[in-house]
Amino acid sequence: MIAEIGHFALVLALALAIVQSIAPLVGARRNDAALMGIAGITAPAQAGFVALSFAALTACYVTSDFSVANVFENSHSTMPLVYKITSVWGNHEGSMLLWVFILSFFGALVAFFARNLPPSFKATVLAVQAWVAVAFYLFILMTSSPFARLAEAPFEGRDLNPILQDFGLAVHPPMLYLGYVGFSISFSFAVAALIEGRINAAWARFVRPWTLVAWMCLTLGIAMGSYWAYYELGWGGWWFWDPVENASLMPWLVGTALLHSAVVMEKREALKIWTVLLAILTFSLSLVGTFLVRSGVLTSVHTFASDPSRGVFILCILIVFIGGALALFAWRAPLLRQGGLFAPVSREGALVLNNLFIVTACATVFVGTLYPLALEAVTGEKISVGAPFFNLTFGPLFIPLLLIVPFGPLLAWKRADLAGVSQRLGGAFVVALLGIGATLALNGQPVLPALGVGLAMFVMAGAVTDIVERTSLLRAPLGTVMQRARGLPRSSWGTALAHFGLGVSLLGIIGETQWGAERIVTLKPAEKVSIRNYDFIFDGSVNRTGANYRETVAKFTVRHNREVIGVVEPSKRTFPSRGSSTTEAALMTRGFSQLYVSLGDQNADGSLAVRIYHKPMVLLIWLGAVVMVLGGGLSLSDRRLRVGAPRSAKSHAKSSASMQPAE
Amino acid sequence: MMLALVLALMMAAAIFAVLWPLSRGRETVPAGAAGASDVAVYRDQLEEIDRDRHAGTIAGPEAKAAQIEVSRRLIAAAQSADTTGTADNVIDNRWRRRITALAALVIMPAGVAVMYLALGSPGLPGQALSGRMEAREQTSLPAMIARVEAHLEKNPEDGRGWEVVAPIYMRLGRYDDAVRADRNVLKYLGETSARLGDLGEALVSQANGIITDEAKTLFEKIVASDSADPRAQFYVGLAAEQDGRFSDAAKTWRALIAQAASDAPWVPAVREPLGRVDRANKQANGAPPSGATSGPNAEDVAAAAEMPAAERDRMVRGMVERLSARLHDDGSDVEGWLRLMRAHVVLGEKDKASAVAADARRAFKGAPDKLRQIDDGAKSFGLGG
Repeated sequence: MIAEIGHFALVLALALAIVQSIAPLVGARRNDAALMGIAGITAPAQAGFVALSFAALTACYVTSDFSVANVFENSHSTMPLVYKITSVWGNHEGSMLLWVFILSFFGALVAFFARNLPPSFKATVLAVQAWVAVAFYLFILMTSSPFARLAEAPFEGRDLNPILQDFGLAVHPPMLYLGYVGFSISFSFAVAALIEGRINAAWARFVRPWTLVAWMCLTLGIAMGSYWAYYELGWGGWWFWDPVENASLMPWLVGTALLHSAVVMEKREALKIWTVLLAILTFSLSLVGTFLVRSGVLTSVHTFASDPSRGVFILCILIVFIGGALALFAWRAPLLRQGGLFAPVSREGALVLNNLFIVTACATVFVGTLYPLALEAVTGEKISVGAPFFNLTFGPLFIPLLLIVPFGPLLAWKRADLAGVSQRLGGAFVVALLGIGATLALNGQPVLPALGVGLAMFVMAGAVTDIVERTSLLRAPLGTVMQRARGLPRSSWGTALAHFGLGVSLLGIIGETQWGAERIVTLKPAEKVSIRNYDFIFDGSVNRTGANYRETVAKFTVRHNREVIGVVEPSKRTFPSRGSSTTEAALMTRGFSQLYVSLGDQNADGSLAVRIYHKPMVLLIWLGAVVMVLGGGLSLSDRRLRVGAPRSAKSHAKSSASMQPAE
Repeated sequence: MMLALVLALMMAAAIFAVLWPLSRGRETVPAGAAGASDVAVYRDQLEEIDRDRHAGTIAGPEAKAAQIEVSRRLIAAAQSADTTGTADNVIDNRWRRRITALAALVIMPAGVAVMYLALGSPGLPGQALSGRMEAREQTSLPAMIARVEAHLEKNPEDGRGWEVVAPIYMRLGRYDDAVRADRNVLKYLGETSARLGDLGEALVSQANGIITDEAKTLFEKIVASDSADPRAQFYVGLAAEQDGRFSDAAKTWRALIAQAASDAPWVPAVREPLGRVDRANKQANGAPPSGATSGPNAEDVAAAAEMPAAERDRMVRGMVERLSARLHDDGSDVEGWLRLMRAHVVLGEKDKASAVAADARRAFKGAPDKLRQIDDGAKSFGLGG
């Protein structure tokens, strides 16, 4: 009965979404308050029904109701409760339900919080939101229903893919989806602005926090997925330029650009049309990302073709939403009023430059990800575009971007003095040079990693400089500094923190890729292997039994310069119900660096293949992401209105910078 | 039924979500609402700049420039607020709302019902693991018996039902019930030698292996009508043995073996007691009774057969006491203990039988396989573990 209630609730949500996608729009065009008001009730009602549906599916998982095909295929009665719950979204059907659950939840939030938007605009936004919802409800109900039933419930389920039975994977997809779906709000706002033919003053004020929330979730989601791949897949890598990863990186990149251009728009009413376009692109890439992962197109273009109903449906959704939104943009964007003016050298100018670099970087990822797929679909030829391609294209685009990051926050709005800003960044330059020098002194050649360290130092020092300048730390007495620090908007602290986090991640990436060490050996008990002054003594292995798996645990005593510093226990788990196994790497953290031990196969003579890595500064990669998210959170908590005070023309009389239109 | 009610309530809630906003709210939005909300935003921004200037976050000239910019936007927004806005058609609105209400009341429920009935499986109950566990228990023996018993309670004349349940009772050791069931089978389905044999066997089991008069009569009746029934012949032989007519028993069983196909699986089962009665015959005809086995010998039994009931009872008790005394002197004879237990059971002294069982267990504390024999025996006499 519970499964049927969930199924029915989903159909009702679809019905309400259909109503919401038509009635408010008609109301907005005919200026009918009652029809527009419908969206304000149906949006939360929809969310309620989808929540009920999601709860019903969860209940089916928790009680192991294998008469629901989806539960039978992805659960097992002996699984720990937490994985019974996480397997709700550990599969295609359930994850799509989670997707619409978040979508409808955000829709309800818009209905509640968009009170001081003009009613017709609010109605249009919610109607657009409902179009997206309708497409997804239909997709779920017609092609991937999580509530399909089996007349005779099998006694035991097929179990969740063991590799997914992990806490990281339990949290990773919801975070990603929060990000993807969060961008749907900015998409709805953008499309509504195009339909209405005008962007009202509160537009950016609403779009920015949503974008920020989505961006934070996506950042965390990507970082978590990367960390999960690092410790669960057993290869010690944290980023593979895998299409699945790229699928989440692309919306993140464009979302970052959107975040910055939305700031310009909110503070300066400039870059309006560009921001609208970015909002459309960001959500389009989120859709592409969702479907790249969900359609099976990535495993092979042939699996995509083997399930035509699902594949064609996906293609239709992509074409309608991306094509439709872009066509609407081409048609209606000229109606939008141009924004404010600014000089090329200004905060706005720097943000435009940032946007250009980011969007270009995203385009290279897009090509690198989709070109092999397109080629395989057309000619049947399989090529693999891997790390070398991305390192050669993405890297060179990101280096200048990172170079200008410290400049941005220091530039004044409207028109700025580049020489002055460079001067103020002198300290940061010195720090960067010291970093390069120290790296060369410690590690010697080659020079490139040292330059990388210098760049990371520059980004971090630049972020600190921003705060130092704003609080006049080095010029004013301490009391004044404290007062200014308190008076500084939290969004400024957030900016500095997020930029600092970017430098931290960069430092981690350079450390791990340039100075990592690896040993692959076969060990018998009591044998020893050494890596970077760390000795691993293999003490032997034992077998253990978990809730739904058996594992072979190897024990290593770790010594550093002859002193015992601990014991690591990597293991290999075998899950009989799926007949598959996972590698549980053992990690030992030393400062920001990690020792990584992962097991290979056991040989007949009792010896064990072992991979051991030393990964210097590897934790900084994810720590940087966390710092970025904290920065985003600080900025989000700043609920003040944002007005960017321009540098007035009089105070800048010497500058003969010519004014440029915003777009 | 429950499901239908819940779904109907959900449907009602969905309809309400559409109808409620239709029933309230102003007829139209005031003209120029969009411009008005812009004006509000710019006013807030001006206040914000003021606050920032006082707090010292932005310098005076910059604040002034910002104020000028925002004021310019404010004026533009205020102008558009005055000019925009369309004339409203109230009658038009009323029709639109009626159509929407109709859609919510008719089209939406109909569409939802059609779609759900096409996709869903309202007739399928949920089968949570715990529920399926119960279902599995219900296919277990006690649950099946309970179901059959409930059925027979209502239809006591269903001979087939009794026929199904009788062998299960036998297997479970519920001999009283088995006897009752077999009697009902005979009553409602009629007599066949197989059914009579079943009843006889149940009676023997009920009497702890003693062939009662009734059982004996039954088996003799079967043999009379169908001399080829080996089971009945076996029991007739057993009855003869128990009556002490060893030669009769031997004769019956020998005939049984002679007529059997050489590969009949029950032949060994007959040979074994046959050997026993042959030995007893020899003893009765010559050799004195050995002290080791002090069971009732042929003379005792023959004598007993001629005694009046009370006297026979006394003799049996005497034998039991002899056996008991011997076992308490030397408790290593498993067969002896079992025989003593059975004797007490036959005499209707269940607690004494239990006491014997306890003594036997004490005697065999160190010998697990013998202990198991005692336990099995005690269980088969209905003395519990």
